[in-house]
Amino acid sequence: MSNEIEQIKDPGLPAHVHRTTDTDPKAAARAERQVAILFGLSALGTLLLIYSYIFVKEDIFFFIPVMGKTNAHQLGLGLGMAIALFCIGAGLIHWAKTLMPDEEVIAYRHEFRSEDEDRAEFIKTVKAGASAAGLGRRPLIKRTLGAALGLSALTPLLLLRDLGPLPKDDLTKTSWKAGTRLVTDPGDRPLRPEDLEVGAVAQTLPEIAPGAHRSLSDIGKDAVLLIRLRPEEFNLDAERLSWTHEGIIAFSKICSHMGCAVALYEQQTKHLLCPCHQSTFDVTRAAKVIFGPAARPLPQLNITVDAEGYLVARAPFNEPVGPSFWERSS
Amino acid sequence: MKRLSRLRRHRAAGPILLIFALFTIGTTFQVASAVNKETTSTADRAVTIEEGKQIFLKGCSSCHGLNAEGGQIAPSLIGVGAASVDFQVATGRMPMADMSQQAMRKKPVYNAEEVNALATYVASLAPGPQVPGEEQLNYERDGSVAEGGELFRTNCAMCHNFAAQGGALTQGKYAPTLMGVEPRHIYEAMVTGPQSMPVFSDKTITPEEKLSIIKWIKAAEAEPQLGGAALGRVGPVTEGLLVWTLGIGLLIGVAVWLAMKAR
Amino acid sequence: MTARERIAGNVAGYVDDRTGAAKWMKKNLTKVFPDHWSFLLGEICLYSFVILLLSGTFLTFWFDPSMREVVYDGSYEPLKGLEMSAAYASTLDISFEVRGGLLMRQIHHWAALIFMVGIVVHLLRVYFTGAFRKPREFNWIIGVGLLTLGIVEGFLGYSLPDDLLSGTGIRIAEAIIQALPLVGSYLAFFAFGGAFPGEAFIPRIYTVHILLLPGIFLALITVHLMLVWYQKHTQFPGPGRTEKNVVGYPLMPVYMAKAGGFFFIVFGVTAFLGAVASINPIWLYGPYTPGQVSAGSQPDWYMGWLDGLVRMAPPLETHAFGHTISWNILIPGLILPGIMFTGLALYPFIEQWATGDKREHHLLDRPRNTPNRTAIGAMALTFTLVSLINGGNDIIATTFHLTINQMMWFSRIAIIVLPPIAFVVTKRLCLSLQRADRDLVLHGRETGRLVRMPNGEFVEVHEPISAEKAWLLTSHEQIAPLELPDHDAAGVRRPAAIKNKIRNRISRATAVAVPKATETERRELEGHH
Repeated sequence: MSNEIEQIKDPGLPAHVHRTTDTDPKAAARAERQVAILFGLSALGTLLLIYSYIFVKEDIFFFIPVMGKTNAHQLGLGLGMAIALFCIGAGLIHWAKTLMPDEEVIAYRHEFRSEDEDRAEFIKTVKAGASAAGLGRRPLIKRTLGAALGLSALTPLLLLRDLGPLPKDDLTKTSWKAGTRLVTDPGDRPLRPEDLEVGAVAQTLPEIAPGAHRSLSDIGKDAVLLIRLRPEEFNLDAERLSWTHEGIIAFSKICSHMGCAVALYEQQTKHLLCPCHQSTFDVTRAAKVIFGPAARPLPQLNITVDAEGYLVARAPFNEPVGPSFWERSS
Repeated sequence: MKRLSRLRRHRAAGPILLIFALFTIGTTFQVASAVNKETTSTADRAVTIEEGKQIFLKGCSSCHGLNAEGGQIAPSLIGVGAASVDFQVATGRMPMADMSQQAMRKKPVYNAEEVNALATYVASLAPGPQVPGEEQLNYERDGSVAEGGELFRTNCAMCHNFAAQGGALTQGKYAPTLMGVEPRHIYEAMVTGPQSMPVFSDKTITPEEKLSIIKWIKAAEAEPQLGGAALGRVGPVTEGLLVWTLGIGLLIGVAVWLAMKAR
Repeated sequence: MTARERIAGNVAGYVDDRTGAAKWMKKNLTKVFPDHWSFLLGEICLYSFVILLLSGTFLTFWFDPSMREVVYDGSYEPLKGLEMSAAYASTLDISFEVRGGLLMRQIHHWAALIFMVGIVVHLLRVYFTGAFRKPREFNWIIGVGLLTLGIVEGFLGYSLPDDLLSGTGIRIAEAIIQALPLVGSYLAFFAFGGAFPGEAFIPRIYTVHILLLPGIFLALITVHLMLVWYQKHTQFPGPGRTEKNVVGYPLMPVYMAKAGGFFFIVFGVTAFLGAVASINPIWLYGPYTPGQVSAGSQPDWYMGWLDGLVRMAPPLETHAFGHTISWNILIPGLILPGIMFTGLALYPFIEQWATGDKREHHLLDRPRNTPNRTAIGAMALTFTLVSLINGGNDIIATTFHLTINQMMWFSRIAIIVLPPIAFVVTKRLCLSLQRADRDLVLHGRETGRLVRMPNGEFVEVHEPISAEKAWLLTSHEQIAPLELPDHDAAGVRRPAAIKNKIRNRISRATAVAVPKATETERRELEGHH
């Protein structure tokens, strides 16, 4: 009808356009040669790889622009492999494109949905099977089977219990105790206040018995950063000020956010920066967080000097060090 | 005149004129600034504290005070020692180009004798760290590369990056790359703690340990590219960039070629 | 019959006697696959997976997944005499003592990066062309699963050498586990066999990395491919292509050669990268110890967006009744990614709910013809890009003379403001492109030639487009919006009234489109030209 809107029609598959290799035998021969050259290049690549592996010494370096002083052995192996693989691929693709038939083929899709009779048969089969099993008529079997399977699912969970110890108070305790000396990391040398100038930092660890070994897990809790300022530069309450000594203040080096080592001290701004997520701590205000995602300041270690004048902890940390956890109360 | 008129209207006339103008301006500027440089470094001066004081008064006192006592815009230099002056001035950081917190390494304004004079003058004001001598800097003999690496990673890598390529600090400041820095200046920086950098006292990092650090830095600088182009030695960021540009670019390029109908 | 043909026939007969393979082999060797370059993106992932299996197996012959302390005595001078884990030392040995070892390490890592890039571009292609619609929703979910597992597998893989950079990453992962309410500290201690870092973690993730996850990958990839095989690949609309057919080339010989060739290409490009570009130079990072960290520490790119989210998170933590909940870790580390991946996995069903379209689709959409879907995709991409860029904010700051503080604030604001802008801009762009298509069909192509008519008027000559092109530009469906009633026939308010109202509104927004050009309109205009 003249009122009906007519849509544009599908003109059908366009007529096939022949490639030059289909019509011109010389072009086909040329394509064949090109494929052969590519496969030949691949062989050369493999030969380069074999040669480099056996004969090129591993300590030869030479300069290539952009890349710098490059290892000849490594480059020979790698380029040889790359050429070997790439050229086989290029050859196969070129062969398919130029010489294999490129007439488009049509296949037909069938509906996935099964016939209604098949569906009905399926349902009948399942129902028959289920009633043959008789679970519906025998609730005792059903319930006890459920209980048995459910209980056995607990077994793998239980068997994994010894994956690790319970945390207990491990997360809240470090090796620092009253009187523990601060020693340099590395070097294990005890420090006196006069060893640090104003503006100086020192990476420290708690002193251990001679011959004893520090595990990485110990370092992961005990690492402490010492910073020396002028005492008048502090902006602390009386208690925290008493935890410093002659302008030297000590913080846990383990970031209170996610545990990276915080030792990036900006001498002029008196800020500590954690390089992982850019949390910034103000040293003059007991490592208060002034920027970034950390929610708590770094725990401060109460330090003093012992009878021989070496810097020691006066007490353990007053809070857990490192990232937060559910049982942490503050 | 007809030929000239025709040439003026040629398509290439504009670009050629532009290139010529750029070339002229460029070379004129080069020559002029080179001339300026000549006049400041030819004088041959004897080293005296008085000489240093004169240089100081002319080039430094406007910020650091007439007696190096410091002020609002610059710190006091009393007690900073010759090492500080040698580091700051010989690396071109001082005089500062602008009053930001980042003193950038740039072409030094003063030559070696002038730096020496300045350093002697400032050292005379009060005791401070001295410029290390050649004997003190024999890192090849006295340093250990492996120990230096451990020390570097514990004390320096968090600012300067694992391969001493430099890193970001807050508010636009940065710890610069340590590539191409004189061993003497590395030593002085550790001792004096310039600008944002903290001080690394000789008891926390001993002089031998400092030499180990320098030896490691120099080894890292000289290390050839063991695995291929280093991509800046800054880690996964540039690796990811390469795979999203060259990597997938090459692969999509081949895919487009693969699916294209052959001619 | 030649001798070769006879032997081949005997072998084939032997196999067919026992399996009946001839029938389904014959059917499948002539299977038709449509040809478009964007259909090869999934193959990049598949071939990268094979390369990972091959290169990874090589590495397992030398790698020692133990955290016990050894003293390094190999040929790399700057680490000689230092204490390190056996995992790190064995990786150094692979790099410097095994010929081809460093090359294989680099090929393995580059292949992992390309694998993830492939997954993302493949996902984008499938999403923007609507290939996830019925009957392929299940395959989409498998794909999202492969994406998630790929991220985990890659993270575990580069953590195996126990170097300073990856160890920092593990520290951060442990902090995320530890931050989980109620069970966090227990799970962390179970995972690490005690306090961080302990001695158990590397050997355990080795098992996951070389056995558990590859096994799951093999199973998922097999189902993924079998579904594509059985359901047949989708195809782009065009002349001769319908919902009921597949137009393309047969498996043997064309597709075998092209797809097989592409495997060698992917392997070759990966080997090329392994040859010329250094990746994961663990000897420069040094062995891991919790007391050290490097400036510019980032995870591999596919986790960069997670790092960026964590960096820009506000410092929120709740302390109540003796317990702590770290929102600054949980939101960017678990909750937001959880929402994103769940939304991604469920998208086919969300779109089906919004459009009410329950039919099968085998013809792909041109992205401009589904403006809402394309705009949502642009929105998600923008969100991910902002977080990815923030993940590298310190390196970007030093390179482009910005400050990390500026980058952080920019990211915090941009991640909220930019995605809606991207949505609106993309939707408008799609509609403009639809309008351009319509004009092209109705008026033809602008040739740029101006002709002066006898009456003095200037006109631009338009060349009518071919019938094939006209069909391509108008063959798409424009689904009418839903009109679900809120009252039933008797005038009683339905219980789902509000849900229906929302659904109607969403489907109306989804159905916004420029009406297609029709044959009728073309004929009417012909009279005017």
